[in-house]
Amino acid sequence: MSILINSDTKIIVQGLTGKTGTFHTEQALAYHGTQMVAGTHPKKGGTDWTAASGQALPIFASVAEAKDVTGASASVIYVPPAGAAAAIEEAIDAGIELITCITEGVPVMDMVRVKEKLDASNSRLIGPNCPGLMTPDQCKIGIMPGSIFKNGSVGVLSRSGTLTYEAVYQTTVAGLGQTSAVGIGGDPVKGTEFIDILELYLADEATKSIIMIGEIGGSAEEEAAQFLIDEAKKGRKKPVVGFIAGRTAPPGRTMGHAGAVISGGKGGAEDKIEAMKAAGISVSPSPAKLGETLVELLK
Amino acid sequence: MNIHEYQAKQILKGFGAPVADGAAITDITQAEAAINSLPGPVWVVKSQIHAGGRGKGKFVELPEDAKGGVRVSFSAEEALANVKEMFGNTLVTAQTGPAGKQVNRLYIEDGADIESELYLSILVDRETGQTSFVASTEGGMDIEAVAEETPELIHTIGISAAAGCTDADAAKIADAYKLEGTAREQGIALFKVLYKAFVEKDMALLEINPLIVTKKNDVQVLDAKVSFDGNALFRHPDIMEYRDETEEDAKEIEASKYDLAYIALDGEIGCMVNGAGLAMATMDIIKLYGASPANFLDVGGGATTEKVTAAFKIITSDPNVKGILVNIFGGIMRCDVIAEGVIQAVKDVGLEVPLVVRLEGTKVAEGKKLINESGLNVIAADDLDDAAQKIVKAVKG
Repeated sequence: MSILINSDTKIIVQGLTGKTGTFHTEQALAYHGTQMVAGTHPKKGGTDWTAASGQALPIFASVAEAKDVTGASASVIYVPPAGAAAAIEEAIDAGIELITCITEGVPVMDMVRVKEKLDASNSRLIGPNCPGLMTPDQCKIGIMPGSIFKNGSVGVLSRSGTLTYEAVYQTTVAGLGQTSAVGIGGDPVKGTEFIDILELYLADEATKSIIMIGEIGGSAEEEAAQFLIDEAKKGRKKPVVGFIAGRTAPPGRTMGHAGAVISGGKGGAEDKIEAMKAAGISVSPSPAKLGETLVELLK
Repeated sequence: MNIHEYQAKQILKGFGAPVADGAAITDITQAEAAINSLPGPVWVVKSQIHAGGRGKGKFVELPEDAKGGVRVSFSAEEALANVKEMFGNTLVTAQTGPAGKQVNRLYIEDGADIESELYLSILVDRETGQTSFVASTEGGMDIEAVAEETPELIHTIGISAAAGCTDADAAKIADAYKLEGTAREQGIALFKVLYKAFVEKDMALLEINPLIVTKKNDVQVLDAKVSFDGNALFRHPDIMEYRDETEEDAKEIEASKYDLAYIALDGEIGCMVNGAGLAMATMDIIKLYGASPANFLDVGGGATTEKVTAAFKIITSDPNVKGILVNIFGGIMRCDVIAEGVIQAVKDVGLEVPLVVRLEGTKVAEGKKLINESGLNVIAADDLDDAAQKIVKAVKG
């Protein structure tokens, strides 16, 4: 079992013809035959894209057309920042169920607009500014290195890309493996929050434990902790290991002055760690001990 | 990106916001003309630095009982005397850190007749993903203290991106301030103008503290703090013109040329990491083992050899650096590119401190091979924990 994606997931690549899109699509195709089925480009519709391996994918002028022809339910976006919001909006309009935006550097105001549209739609957006998501041996959307994954029982979720890799790598070394891994992205306004993914991991039978990695800023970790407390009261509970990056980050550099007002003093690492502990999460003191902490917890 | 108060007011005035007349000076010889361009009878001389708390700030070079960084003057002579005392000196405020900031620009403004002071800011509320107004009747104070002590006096009003700031939204804000008569009419117009400026210019924060109601019941923007979303600067070349590099750390300016996310800190271990989360976590683990990071540095996902070389040079240019930790978990970033960049940088600038390298992920075997065959004096590490312990041991002995 897994969440969100599996070997049946068909994926359209928005921005396939660029260098980044090409590299990561080749990697995805090579990863247990992830079903990358088409690319889109407004001016190159009707042409083919060919991987270094020789495998070819059709290019369509629009996401709607690509979806109609291929029956894809997911898309991944490798479009540069200036056009990323429009790409997400196109995917929402086409009724794509799962949209993953890898692009880093999307203007916040664009995401504010996208978020409002997203909330009124049936689409789910992962990212932007995220590494994507993976289900071991089945499906790779985004840029995570496939070699560190192992099919198993841990659900991984993180705001940080490279710390997702740490958690995956450490659970692989510990022999536990992963059901899925989701990088929700480091931007202030994003499509999917911790709570959304925690809900899916709690519901997934194969997921026996969870690693959740947060960082300073905002209050998503506190909300996630409260969510776990509320769910535990309903009898839904799994072992969770947590980590918060940024205990040593200088104040003011990463958090806006007025941002602290609206969060009512939330945003610092210590508050988040306290909130996680209060929810029964085992907080790892070190980013290098995520796997060990989980193994201890499961004993 | 931050800008100065006078620049923020210039922008807001361009959108039609009521701002007092004023003149900025960047050289002491401009002072008299600036003062004489204003009618009086009150002149306010304001230090222009990228930090708040200026009014309560202290100048390092002046006696302890000298006045702060914002001074009300009741004659042209007094205004000039204040300019002379302030210009070029170092202002320490609650936000500058103990070293303070040199005041190289002053803004001289027409004094206002204040009846009441309000607080207004616009920002993107991360919890709702909406652009929101934060309004409080407690203007002119430290808003974080207000939020802590009397949160009921802070009102948040979210704005729909599709609809924009409507009359109904603006009326809600006016209600929060209990504005009446002309002040209410002017306020409603002003809130819509401020929202327009915020969205059109891709601001990250627009803070007016205080927004004032004058004795004639007019509203006026008395102070303005604006910062912009760095991700959106590509579509605002006009805003880029406002950048004041003297306000920034030299190493950070150099890093920004290469599109590197770099923040100077005061520790002894230089860090080069890919990914913001891992970069923060690397700082944390260094601290955990008893040393301190000299910087935050995220080389990003698509770094080239040239970019990595530049990053390495910036780290080694910091005289406080007693050791360097390179920690890479390659996803997009390839370990061989990192290795090439580090080797090139060491060839260019030499290496006088211990260097620990931990590589994992995409092309890790190629990266390790390059480092091993380079003949560099590199301490290899197996994982993050090992890397942190080794660099701390190398530095602390």
